Amino acid sequence: MGKFWVIFVASISILLPFLCNSFSPETPTDRRVLVLLDDFAVKSSHSSYFNSLKLRGFDLDFKLADDPKIALQRYGQYLYDALILFCPSVERFGGSVDVAAIINFVDSGHDLIIAADVNASDLIREVATECGVDFDEDPSAMVIDHTGYAVSETEGDHTLIASDDFIKSDVIIGSKKIEVPVLFQGIGHSLNPVNSLVLKVLSASPSAYSANPLSKLSTPASLTGSAISLVSVVQARNNARILITGSLSMFSNRFFRSGVQKSGSSTKYEKSGNEQFLTELSKWIFHERGHLKAVNVKHHKVVETDEPALYRINDELEYSVEIYEWSGTSWEPYITDDVQVQFYMMSPYILKTLSNDKKGLYSASFKVPDVYGVFQFKVEYQKLGYTSLSLSKQIPVRPYRHNEYERFIPTAYPYYGAAFSTMAGFFIFSFVHLYNK
Amino acid sequence: MSNSYTSDILKPFKLKTKQQELLIRVSILCLVYILAFITRLFSVLRYESMIHEFDPYFNYRTTLYLTQHGFYDFWNWFDYESWYPLGRIVGGTLYPGLMVTAALIYRLLHFLRFAVHIREVCVLTAPFFASNTTLVAYFFGKEIWDSGAGLVAAILIAVCPGYISRSVAGSYDNEGVAIFALLFTFYLFVKAVNTGSLAWGLASAFGYFYMVSAWGGYVFIINLIPLYVLVLLITGRYSMRLYVAYNCLYILGMLLAMQIRFVGFQHVQSGEHMAAMGVFFLMQVFYFLDWVKHMLSDTKLFQEFLRITVTCAVAVGGIALGVGMASGYISPWTGRFYSLLDPTYAKDHIPIIASVSEHQPTAWSSFMFDFHILLFLFPAGLYFCFKRLSDATIFIVMYGLTSMYFAGVMVRLILVATPAVCLISAIAVSATVKNLTVLLRSKTKVAQIGSTKGTSSAKASSKASLDQSQPFQKNGAMALLFGAFYLLSRYATHCTWVTSEAYSSPSIVLAARGAHGNRVIFDDYREAYFWLRQNTPLDAKVMSWWDYGYQITAMGNRTVIVDNNTWNNTHIATVGRAMSSYEDEAYEIIRSLDVDYVLVVFGGVTGYSSDDINKFLWMVRIGGGVFPVIKEPDYLVNGEYRVDKGAAPKMLNCLMYKLSYYRFGEMMTEYGKPPGYDRARGVEIGNKDIKLEHLEEAFTTSNWIVRIYKVKPPNNRW
Repeated sequence: MGKFWVIFVASISILLPFLCNSFSPETPTDRRVLVLLDDFAVKSSHSSYFNSLKLRGFDLDFKLADDPKIALQRYGQYLYDALILFCPSVERFGGSVDVAAIINFVDSGHDLIIAADVNASDLIREVATECGVDFDEDPSAMVIDHTGYAVSETEGDHTLIASDDFIKSDVIIGSKKIEVPVLFQGIGHSLNPVNSLVLKVLSASPSAYSANPLSKLSTPASLTGSAISLVSVVQARNNARILITGSLSMFSNRFFRSGVQKSGSSTKYEKSGNEQFLTELSKWIFHERGHLKAVNVKHHKVVETDEPALYRINDELEYSVEIYEWSGTSWEPYITDDVQVQFYMMSPYILKTLSNDKKGLYSASFKVPDVYGVFQFKVEYQKLGYTSLSLSKQIPVRPYRHNEYERFIPTAYPYYGAAFSTMAGFFIFSFVHLYNK
Repeated sequence: MSNSYTSDILKPFKLKTKQQELLIRVSILCLVYILAFITRLFSVLRYESMIHEFDPYFNYRTTLYLTQHGFYDFWNWFDYESWYPLGRIVGGTLYPGLMVTAALIYRLLHFLRFAVHIREVCVLTAPFFASNTTLVAYFFGKEIWDSGAGLVAAILIAVCPGYISRSVAGSYDNEGVAIFALLFTFYLFVKAVNTGSLAWGLASAFGYFYMVSAWGGYVFIINLIPLYVLVLLITGRYSMRLYVAYNCLYILGMLLAMQIRFVGFQHVQSGEHMAAMGVFFLMQVFYFLDWVKHMLSDTKLFQEFLRITVTCAVAVGGIALGVGMASGYISPWTGRFYSLLDPTYAKDHIPIIASVSEHQPTAWSSFMFDFHILLFLFPAGLYFCFKRLSDATIFIVMYGLTSMYFAGVMVRLILVATPAVCLISAIAVSATVKNLTVLLRSKTKVAQIGSTKGTSSAKASSKASLDQSQPFQKNGAMALLFGAFYLLSRYATHCTWVTSEAYSSPSIVLAARGAHGNRVIFDDYREAYFWLRQNTPLDAKVMSWWDYGYQITAMGNRTVIVDNNTWNNTHIATVGRAMSSYEDEAYEIIRSLDVDYVLVVFGGVTGYSSDDINKFLWMVRIGGGVFPVIKEPDYLVNGEYRVDKGAAPKMLNCLMYKLSYYRFGEMMTEYGKPPGYDRARGVEIGNKDIKLEHLEEAFTTSNWIVRIYKVKPPNNRW
């Protein structure tokens, strides 16, 4: 019996990853990842990066980008939770995949990593444009930096850049500081100013510019300085996360392992920062960090526990919500002090910071304003790198009923007195007038 | 008649003349009562038993609420399905008379075990009250002239199109019961003035209370009656009867009216009610002076006293009014009141009042349409009234003249004038017919029949007296009589025709003649509202122009941003602004109002002319009145409003244009015309290639009359 039990537990523990290996709101980490390559050689030349993903439990499915059998969905169900496009030169995807399919994939909440390179195809550029970044239009342009290049044996053309201008967010690139510059070789892109969701994670130095390194610069470069982004991320409104970079070689084993010395700096590092940077970034992209959920939104009057259908003006009420963060394996309480609730009708009537109990429960109590109408409890929590929480719950607020006003107001006592004395006086007068003859 | 059993069999038929007259009178009244009811049933027979138009849907919805939740919940009802997100305190912003009346009838019927649906009660409330109005008209006519005039008045008002327009079955609006209440109050007041009885005064106060509870038109009563009293005072017809009647009506009526939440303290605080108060005080001064005159024997001393008192009274009144106005205690006149006195006021200052078609000045033709022969019987009646002046005829003359003026200012006020016109015309008809029959009968039966006969007896007697008389006079009278009856029969034909053709369409279901003369029914409104009810989330918010708000909440059961209760001009202007902006600007406004669906009414396919494109300039005007970024000239070309190629660029790209004409450019509407030919305006549209960015078409009804668009969420990646 005991032996059978052990076998059962063992088989469950083996099966478990397969049973619950898909992305869901309950376990938001991606599991099944499709990797599209130009060439299977990339699989081995970038194996360190892929291995780090595999070690974290991801199930990578390598396909050639023009493989006619690739499909993102079957029977309306997505087959993958994330997509990695390591195919900068593909002109046309195989199978049913096209730009619209990839955009729909993202719009239904899935993650995407795009690595372009010099001579990136129009297809890849188009996907990137849809995500809010524009690669340099010159197909042979590269990012050149004559002061921030990485020192190498050969003098080179300064297209291998050592950059350490990271975004200041522990959520996106991890809490451990990245000491070593990151090696980059590829094309630069700029952020579309209209897009408010795209973020520059790794920025070029002010001395960088984007041009063809082989030809002489005749016209001023279209992209210059820190306007050039080397690595960008997007967190879409449905919390799908996208990583865009103009360098495929960033992810390569060669760059992961090579030493780096930034020009003008005497320190020479044995190992570049690429591995730490890209691994930490992939944790963010695949929702192992910074993914929040808000559950159990509750509100009720102060002494009661049931949620009413509507409030009356000047009621005292309590509002509470639980917020958790996904740690990659489980939901942990999210602890901060900057979550605010609004009591909102066209404009916030009440704005209150929620207090938390260190276990993820946020609550506040306040008095309904002296205004009736259809209000909303709104929590709009948008913090750099975190899932944006946007909760709104509609609740009507009614005025007093006719019998909820005070029956007697102290200030009106003179009037009551006047009314009653007039009545008494009239009665006496009538009596005297009628019977006093 | 009770002892007829014991008498000879033939004897019951040999009634005395008076009894005969009574029998005829009662049977005529019964027939008129029934006629008034059944002539209003065209729409029920032709379509179905349903509520018409716009406002009645709100009344129906509130009545339903009243019957389901009881009076106190109705009284305290806070409706959060309209005017999102402001909400509306329904109990405090409506005249509950209509709903309470219908609910009482409903309760009564259920008590009597008639299991009717509340909708049937609502549909038939207006015809029922129209029948009651005929009875009141009879008694009123009897009071001011004689029972003959009363009978004619009852008949005239039973079929008068001016009244039928607001009281057909299904037209469940305040006016349906309010005209009854109005006439009843007037009747009771005139009765009180004629008798000087406190009991009639009390009754008139309660009649006034019912009127206040039913319709905002009560302001007419509270201004007409003081005016009448003032005229009587000036013409030296002051009497104790008048004093009793007016004071009783004013004090009790005022106290009772304050019980209606929507009216509240307006009787003492609003400028519109100050005339009544002024006359009330004037009345006391008059009474006081009368008493002093009675006490003082010296006329010279009294003259002196009179001068001082009158000066003081006028001064005190003036100061009180001035202080009240200056301190804001007495509110100034409202825009609606101003626009009555100055017909151009609304056009310049309050576009929202001017935009309603029934607030337009009346066209001459609609007078003819609604009154027909009454229009020239009215002056004749006035002539008879002036010939026999009494307190009662002065009242009806004043009622007739003032209401005729108001009817000229606003189309909908023809309704208020109708009873007066019917009564005065009835006097004309009755007096003429009686004069003629007296002429006919004078030679034959000089002393047999008294002069207190109505048309009915006159008709009977005119046949009987055909034999011998002076040929010329008799024949002339005969010819005139036949002329009168011919006109009256024309009137009856006209009324029936108007009722059947013009006033019995429910306007929510449209009917048109097809190519082969068959009737085509467009039931698009209900199709769209039921689509909303079935296919959208329960808390979805629908934005449309305010005309359709009541219908969407009542039939679609969805929250609306604005509706026909136009209490918040800014909110309506916001919607107008959204409709007249470019799509991306409109999207911002739509998002800020949490709108999920946008509904527009479009008549380009069917040729239905009262659609949103034709109403669009009002949206621009109302929107521009609050938000100066919207400018009317931007939508016009050389002051001309057009939708074809020559239209203004802003017009061609505003939200309303896009939503109305989306996908219309590829549609063939009429044989031999290019695609995108707008049949309502008879032009080919100017922008056929319409792309929507932030909205998407959700539903278009079978004849394209109602189009519903869904508001897309913001772009996922931008």
